[in-house]
Amino acid sequence: MGYSLNYDREEEHKVRTGSDSFDVAIIGAGVSGANIARRLSSYELDVALIEKEADVSFGVSKANSGIVHGGFHHNKKYLKSRLEVRGAAMFDRLKAELDFPFERCGIVVVALHEEEMRAIEQLYEQGVDNGAIGIEMCSRDRMLELEPKLSPDTVGGLYAPAGGIVEPYRFVFSLVENATHNGVQLFTKFKVAHAQHNAEAWTVSAEDGRTIRAKYVVNAAGLFADEVSKIFGGEEFAIHGRKGEYYLLDRMTKAKTSRVVFPVPTTISKGMLVVPTVEGTVLVGPTATADEDKKDFATTREHLNEILKSGRALVPSISEGDVITSFAGIRSVLDEDFYIDISNKAPHFIQVAGIQSPGLTASPAIGEYVKDLLKHDGLKLVEKSDWDPFVRRVPRVRDLSPFELDELIKKDPAYGEIVCRCECVSEAEIVEAIRRGHTTLDGIKYFTRTQMGRCQGGFCTYKIMKILMRETGMSWDEITKHGGSSQMLKGEL
Amino acid sequence: MRELNFDAAVIGGGAAGMAAALEMESRGLSVAILEREDHLGGILTQCIHNGFGLIEFNEELAGPEFAERFEDKVRKSKITAFTGTTVLDVETDEEDKVLVCASTHGVMRLHARAVVLAMGCRERNRGNIRIPGSRPAGVYTAGLAQRLVNIEGYIPGRDVVIIGSGDIGLIMARRMSWVGCKVHAVIEIQPYPSGLTRNIVQCLNDFGIPLYLSHQTTNIYGNERVEGVEATPMENGALRTDKAFRIPCDTVLLSVGLVPENELSKKLGVELNPMTNGAWVDSTLMTNVPGVFACGNVLHVHDLVDYVVEESRRAGGFAADYLAGKHPAKEIRVKPGSNVRYVNPGRLDPSRDNKLYMRTLIVKNDAALEVKLNNKVIRTVKKNHVQPSEMLSFTLGPADLAGCEGVPESVLEISIQ
Repeated sequence: MGYSLNYDREEEHKVRTGSDSFDVAIIGAGVSGANIARRLSSYELDVALIEKEADVSFGVSKANSGIVHGGFHHNKKYLKSRLEVRGAAMFDRLKAELDFPFERCGIVVVALHEEEMRAIEQLYEQGVDNGAIGIEMCSRDRMLELEPKLSPDTVGGLYAPAGGIVEPYRFVFSLVENATHNGVQLFTKFKVAHAQHNAEAWTVSAEDGRTIRAKYVVNAAGLFADEVSKIFGGEEFAIHGRKGEYYLLDRMTKAKTSRVVFPVPTTISKGMLVVPTVEGTVLVGPTATADEDKKDFATTREHLNEILKSGRALVPSISEGDVITSFAGIRSVLDEDFYIDISNKAPHFIQVAGIQSPGLTASPAIGEYVKDLLKHDGLKLVEKSDWDPFVRRVPRVRDLSPFELDELIKKDPAYGEIVCRCECVSEAEIVEAIRRGHTTLDGIKYFTRTQMGRCQGGFCTYKIMKILMRETGMSWDEITKHGGSSQMLKGEL
Repeated sequence: MRELNFDAAVIGGGAAGMAAALEMESRGLSVAILEREDHLGGILTQCIHNGFGLIEFNEELAGPEFAERFEDKVRKSKITAFTGTTVLDVETDEEDKVLVCASTHGVMRLHARAVVLAMGCRERNRGNIRIPGSRPAGVYTAGLAQRLVNIEGYIPGRDVVIIGSGDIGLIMARRMSWVGCKVHAVIEIQPYPSGLTRNIVQCLNDFGIPLYLSHQTTNIYGNERVEGVEATPMENGALRTDKAFRIPCDTVLLSVGLVPENELSKKLGVELNPMTNGAWVDSTLMTNVPGVFACGNVLHVHDLVDYVVEESRRAGGFAADYLAGKHPAKEIRVKPGSNVRYVNPGRLDPSRDNKLYMRTLIVKNDAALEVKLNNKVIRTVKKNHVQPSEMLSFTLGPADLAGCEGVPESVLEISIQ
């Protein structure tokens, strides 16, 4: 099973299937790779998007704060800062085209002591210098007016109205869906093992023996960009994992703020935030700890306690009783800045490495930037006359008025079958997820929000498994949480 | 969009909902049950073990049999049972409550003068008790595992550790053993079990399954599938990390408590008691919202379905009284005293018998339950043994409560010594 291409079964899509020879192969279907793929899909090119996991957005892009940053955290001498500002401005159009949850709710940075106001001033000046839109310095009163749930210890702060929140995996899903709709070929469970360059093209082989050929290769392999670079004989560098742990709070929590709340940043991270997610829950975190094991997504008691403490310093009403779940994500850290460049060692090889924060914000601009690098390296770009920038919208029961829902159920009764009570998800939405290629429980979770609410799948998991088996013909032992050996069931009676 | 009118609507078609609906129907009201599953009976339908009905039917039934008896009565009554119907939203329209419901037939707005909340409860999950570690496949709530084994016919895992000693977890320890799995341990953070004693004996002791009391689960291992858990003993309330040990397993079942599902109640403006996570109710089991009643596990988590139907039948009767314009003339406030976690209901009607349900905070042999009305002891009940997992109940009638005469703000305090 993989990411199948049922964009619309009625429509004759423009996918070129079966080919194993490409102009460009992008390694890594996270938010960088997905943006690059979608950008390249608008040109007359054969593009392959390669992912080692069972679904896209299953690496760094699945677990992060989901913030579109305000353009004030980094000095513009850094590439990441310039791409952040450019990328942030692209989100409104992308949302209109790609239908993913995004909202410019604004960001506040809270100073809890007078001395922190000096750091706030610095952020303000940096933001103005970067061209961040609408940024302002705030008094205590202004801060509490903007966000009444802040600590009474607030002395002032910064407000960046253009900052926002996004569901990162839905963003990636939409980008990849649109890219494949426009002809990009996706290979999942394709873990690159070997690469060889001859006769003006790369031959890239997977661990399972599959092989593709591509004239250009883009290394957007996230945490494993160092290993991929080595396989291609590119620059030697080491990507370090920096783990971030989070708590997710129930949508009914009293601590739901209306804006993203940041503390004053430290030298290594932007600190622990309180994020009202686009879908109505609240995220508190992340911690920042160096972690050499890039597959270790475990949370620890000490860090989780630290999150509650830091979160409460900003928003005192955060309660342990509202915690639905905890999770960890790993940032891919190379250096202070992104490393996006044409390789000096490997031919026709573009490095997109060290994409840590603000990578999600910058990602649309990364797509643009990499397109330009490829052009600079000799790739011929001819625009497609029939490029379609839109994805087909999936109606979501929780967003509909009773009248709209009533009409929709008449057309498709499966919209009246509510499978997930906590997040209000119908069977029709789950079927949509599966038909768009999300055939693991986590993939369905990220597409639909089932298993993400307060019961964490206690009521709906078995129903989703049954729908998955019915829709795909999978047997019980093929159902996994996130691919690989994450099998859900161990036997049949 | 369909608009329908009923005298009373019951949200939830489990044991509580059916009992309340039957009582109201017998009082001549038009009643609707809204049930999101495609059958009535609620969680009973997956509880294929016996032990149900000893009080209600004076015989021992399996869960589905108990449910069937009520379902048969509902089918024979004039109650309209909407199955496969989810209540998405509730609003108040002057005296009426309006339930916005979705099913494969479309959306309907159901108007009712009285609403009985009978949505039951959900299982607390890993996030609620904040067990750190990785997030592999193979972590299930006990109820979900029960559904998979008993109804869907799948075995969620072979080598099992159960976290928490709630009744569903204990029942599942036995069930998993019966289907050929190895249950390696039950880990309980409290120094006493959270399930009924009879379940400890029949489900653990009879199968030689070790129960680790005063142990906290401090880690879950495995990236793809569960590979083990770490248990750490607690001594004097503190973790002894030096004595932590690892138990290899491929499956973790959680039985760490139940939470009343009151999200819809909150939308109606119902105030909740933080000790029960259920509504505050008066002597008629009515919430702070007039015409809205609560019963069964959505009001407070019960030990036995027999208690649930007893309480729910009364809730249905009180709702019928309310619609007939009958209200208690005077009420006495109930206050949980020493060593008492909560008492339901929160108010008593001194003109009739009142059934009280309560839970203690302590484990004690030879305990005494002391009832004081306006600071005067009116009753003492001896109990051989009390523990938090066993609900206590007794009845107070007009003779007991006569002392409230002439006292405008009477208070009844119940304590355990």
